[in-house]
Amino acid sequence: MSQAFRLFWTGWVFNVKNLTMSGFFILNATISPIFFATIAHYMFASGARPGSGLVYASLGAGMMGIWSSVLFGSGGLIQWQRWQGTLEYVIGVPPRLIVVVLPMTVATASIGLYSIASTLLWGRIIFGLPLDFVHPAWFVVALVGSIVSLGLLGLVLSSTFVLLRNANSLSNLLEYPVWLVTGLLISLSLLPGWTRPISWVLAPTWGIRGIRYAALGGDPVFPIVMCAALGLIYLAIGHYTLGYFEVRARKSATLALR
Amino acid sequence: MAVVEAHDLRRVYKTHTGTIRRRVKEIEAVRGVSFAIDKGELFGLLGPNGAGKTTTIKMLITLLIPTAGTANVLGFDVVKDPREVRKRIGYVFGGERGVYERLSGYDNLRYFAELYGVPPKVQKARIEELLELVGLKGREHERTEGYSRGMKQRLHVARGLLHDPEVVFLDEPTIGLDPVGARELRATIGTLTSAGKTILLTTHYMFEADALCDRIAVISQGEIVAEGTPAQLKSRVASGAVTEVEVFGIPDETVERLRSLEGVMSVWVEEREQAQVLSVQTRADVQLTAAILGHLNGSNVGRVSHREPTLEDAYVALVEGE
Repeated sequence: MSQAFRLFWTGWVFNVKNLTMSGFFILNATISPIFFATIAHYMFASGARPGSGLVYASLGAGMMGIWSSVLFGSGGLIQWQRWQGTLEYVIGVPPRLIVVVLPMTVATASIGLYSIASTLLWGRIIFGLPLDFVHPAWFVVALVGSIVSLGLLGLVLSSTFVLLRNANSLSNLLEYPVWLVTGLLISLSLLPGWTRPISWVLAPTWGIRGIRYAALGGDPVFPIVMCAALGLIYLAIGHYTLGYFEVRARKSATLALR
Repeated sequence: MAVVEAHDLRRVYKTHTGTIRRRVKEIEAVRGVSFAIDKGELFGLLGPNGAGKTTTIKMLITLLIPTAGTANVLGFDVVKDPREVRKRIGYVFGGERGVYERLSGYDNLRYFAELYGVPPKVQKARIEELLELVGLKGREHERTEGYSRGMKQRLHVARGLLHDPEVVFLDEPTIGLDPVGARELRATIGTLTSAGKTILLTTHYMFEADALCDRIAVISQGEIVAEGTPAQLKSRVASGAVTEVEVFGIPDETVERLRSLEGVMSVWVEEREQAQVLSVQTRADVQLTAAILGHLNGSNVGRVSHREPTLEDAYVALVEGE
């Protein structure tokens, strides 16, 4: 096993374990999406899209949960490490900062699996949601691809949080607009045309499209490829910004609380 | 050959004041610090709170970039080659922060062993060895949130040694520990020097520096005001004498008046339960007991004693002299 992969794997397991020990984080990832899914269920049930529309809504609600996990997890993780005094220890290790932060952000996205699982289970038990997906294997690929690409988007977000001690306040601003603009809650066709370019550069747009196509029918390959491509772009941006911000943070002394 | 070298290190912090009209204020935390530490040496950086000890250590361990000056560790520049420096050093900050509290001590060590590139085959044995060294064997699988302050501190030490670094930086490692815990940790530090590690220790405990360090630099207000072996520093004040007076409620003006007496080198007051202990260090050729007591008229005076100067007196004289 190459050293980089070992580092990623150990870091991912460590951070998933750490987040799983947080009752608040897990409850948040599990319970909130159930509310979204329930509201969406009644919206769709009263509209013209019962049946598969319910799966469509539940998957969207689950993805909303993944995005929330990434947003609060990736941002909160850095700030929380600063509060806990571990940020200076993880930044002071020999590997590049990206090798340390990437497993953290992918771990926060992975915790979003609880969201997908809880919404589907809730839909199945309460509303009798059909879970016979059209392309089960592609569903798994799309889900993993979405989680990784959202984790990479979290990497870009977290780089700002290394530098700015109060940047986590940005998290609150980014949650609901991204739900809307990426089609997690409502169809993108209902949004004005100028929002399209914003949708296209955000991985959740393609992630949810791939997941829905795999579950309900359609070609999930193109959205999955888009997810992967965006993930690579986020990785490049994150690599540059983390390196730059690390030096800035060492210059401006923002690694520790003062 | 010097293993750690600092040349005229300076560090300025910028802080902001005001809400609407924000003003930038610059604080010069370290003002031209220079020193060199030889291989296998235990070098102490001794100074009061806010003297610049932690800032100096953070520049040397690559967590802060100096505003001016240069420093290198094992021949690597701390600004240009931070990763090469990080591979070869370990560091421990005092206090109980800095561990992943929801996870066990073992999980914490395993994670950092990976980050420091400890080969997988030796990780387990190395962790076991360090748990034994710091006395956490048997408690390693408990969540660290249940650890005492001393246990967390010992876990920090174990983490700092995972990759068997050549140079170890210890920033006030015994701060807040109970006397037994502090003594155990000092014993552990002693074993590191026996193993040939080069150590930079910051502390404001004089007896700790005296007991552990081969050489000490006294830092005050961001500048090194004296450097030498504990014996050399003591000898700077060895010719004087210290008069200690137990008093109850001594006004600040009286302390200032005592400072201005001819032959007085330094004056300080320590709080001890209800009483205060006034210490006046004087030149050996003057006898000022009567004059001191004369100035204490109006205060309740208890026991009066005389003693030889200690390293603490040397330290206070140096810091006050600044």
